Amino acid sequence: MSATELVARLNRGEVTSVEVTLQSLQAIAGQDANIRAFLSTNADAAIAQAKSIDEKRKAGQPVGKLAGLPIALKDNMCVTGVKTTCASRILENFVPPYDAGVVEKLKAADAVLIGKTNLDEFAMGSSTENSAFQVTRNPWNVEHTVGGSSGGSAAAVAARMVPWSLGSDTGGSIRQPAGFCGVVGMKPTYGRVSRYGLVAYASSLDQIGPFATDVASAALLLEIISGHDGRDSTSVDRPVPEYSQSVEQPLNGLRVGIAREHFVEGLDREVEAAIKQSLDVYRSLGAEVVELSLPHSKYAIATYYLIAASEASSNLARFDGVHYGHRAAKFDNLIDMYSASRGEGFGAEVKRRIMLGTYALSAGYYDAYYLKALKVRRLIRRDFDAAFERCDVLASPIASTPAFRLGELVNDPLAMYLSDIYTISANLAGIPGLSLPCGLSSTGLPIGLQLLAAPFEEEKLLRAARMFERATDWHTKRP
Amino acid sequence: MAEPLTKETVKKVAHLARLKLTDAELDLFTTQLGQVLGYVELLNELDTSAVEPMAHVADIANVFRDDEVRPSLPRVAALSNAPKSDGKYFVVPQILEEG
Repeated sequence: MSATELVARLNRGEVTSVEVTLQSLQAIAGQDANIRAFLSTNADAAIAQAKSIDEKRKAGQPVGKLAGLPIALKDNMCVTGVKTTCASRILENFVPPYDAGVVEKLKAADAVLIGKTNLDEFAMGSSTENSAFQVTRNPWNVEHTVGGSSGGSAAAVAARMVPWSLGSDTGGSIRQPAGFCGVVGMKPTYGRVSRYGLVAYASSLDQIGPFATDVASAALLLEIISGHDGRDSTSVDRPVPEYSQSVEQPLNGLRVGIAREHFVEGLDREVEAAIKQSLDVYRSLGAEVVELSLPHSKYAIATYYLIAASEASSNLARFDGVHYGHRAAKFDNLIDMYSASRGEGFGAEVKRRIMLGTYALSAGYYDAYYLKALKVRRLIRRDFDAAFERCDVLASPIASTPAFRLGELVNDPLAMYLSDIYTISANLAGIPGLSLPCGLSSTGLPIGLQLLAAPFEEEKLLRAARMFERATDWHTKRP
Repeated sequence: MAEPLTKETVKKVAHLARLKLTDAELDLFTTQLGQVLGYVELLNELDTSAVEPMAHVADIANVFRDDEVRPSLPRVAALSNAPKSDGKYFVVPQILEEG
C-alpha cells in the first residue's frame, strides 16, 4: 500500500498510527538484519509520537497532513536528541541539540520519525559501501549495491520497511538509489527545500528530497518539506504549489526531450531498451518526443568532482575535534590534534575528496581547476536552459547499468565517479529531477527512468511522471 | 595543465587539509588522485575565456536580516557534544608557549 493510501486510511480511522508504526517496526526487525538499511531506530519515541497523534485524532483535533505515518531519514539530517552520524566515525556519538528545517516540518505535519538510514560517509559515494558502519544490500538481490549515497533510505522503502523516507542528493544520491531499488526518488530544484540542519557536503549542490513507492506519495512529501527557511540563505522564498493535488492532472501537449549524448557507447542494452519503451509509452499518451543536444554533457563529471570536492574540503574543515565529534587520544600539539582526529575519524573516500578539494583550491591551482570548473558549470546550465525551450521534461536513463555488484567499483574511485554520468548535471544546473521505475533487467534488477525539468517546474515533473506511472505497472513490482 | 602528482605534493596537501595519513594511504592517494586529476584535464578542451564563473545557480545576492537579538543555543546544549569542556568553555591543548 502506498503512503498516500495509508494516509487516507489513517484519516478515515481504518487504522491507527500506532498500528502502522508497529507494522513498520516489525518489518524492520524482520528484514533489516539482511538489508542493513537502518543505522538506528527509535521504537519507544516513535510509538509515543504515534500514540499522541492517535489521541489527537480521537479527540477530534486537527491532525497534520502526514497523519501519523512513519518515515525514515537519511542519517545526515539533524533531529534533536537523536544520534546523527553521517555514517562516519568522526560523528559516531554526535547528538544534535536542534532539528533540521525538514524535521521541524515533518513533526509539524505529524510524521512519525522511526529511524535513521545508512549512507555513504558524509553522502560521498554512489553505492552506500563507504559507510563506516555497514554495507546496505539491495532488496532485489543482496549481492548488488543499493546505489548511493542515500542507499539506506531507498532500500527501506523498496523493502517496504517504511512507506517513505527522505534522502539528500548532491550528484544523484536520491535518484540513482531510487533507480537501483525500483522506487520513486526526487531531487527538487536547488533552494526549494531548506538545507538547515542537513550536514553539509557540497553546499551549492546539496538538496533534500523524498523517496516513496509511487509518484503521488512523493508529491505529498515534497509539498510538506518545501518552503522558505530564513536559516538557509539559499532557500528560495516563493509559494509552494499543492503538488499532491496537481499530480493527478495529465499534461496536454507534453514534449519529452531526449539528449543524443545520453544514448552512447557504454549504455547497457537492456537499460537502453527500457528507456526507449518508456518513450513509446509517452508517445502513446499523446506526447511528442523531441531529440536535442546537451553538448557539454561529457564535462559534467570532471566539473562536479572539482566543485563538490572543493566545497567539501571547506565544509568538512569544521570537524576538528574541538566542538563536537571524535578527538584523537594521542597528539603532540593543537595542529597535530586536528590532523590526528581527522585522520582517525574520516574514511578513505572522504579523505580523497577533502584532498582533491584542498588541491583544487590551493595557491597556483585555483584558476586551473576550481575556477575552470565554475565556468564549465555555467556552460552546462546553458545547455539545459536551451533544452527546456524545446521540451517540458528531459528523459534519460538514471545510470548506464542496473545496480552493480557489491565490491565491483568500490576500489576504483574514478570508475565509481564515472557511474554518476546521468545524474550529476542536474545538480550543477540546480534543476529538479526524478527517478521512477520503468523496467526490470533479465536478472531481475530494477531499471529507472530519469525525468528532469526546468527550475521550479516540480509540478510538471510530477505530473509527467504520474502519467507514465498510470500507464504502466512497474511501480507495483516488489523485490 | 599539471605535472604528474608526486607523493611530496600529496603530503603537502594532506598537511594543508589537516589530515594525518599513513604511508600506505599516501601511496594509494597519490595514485588515485593522480588518476582523477588526469581525468579532469578533459576540461581544458573547452575555451572558457569568455565565460563567467558560476559559483551558484540560485539567482540571489546577499541575504540580510534585521539586526535584532534572537535566542541562541543554551551553553549546556552547545557544549553537550564537546570532546572536552569544563562546563563553560571548549577545552583545547595549550596554544601559546609560557613566557
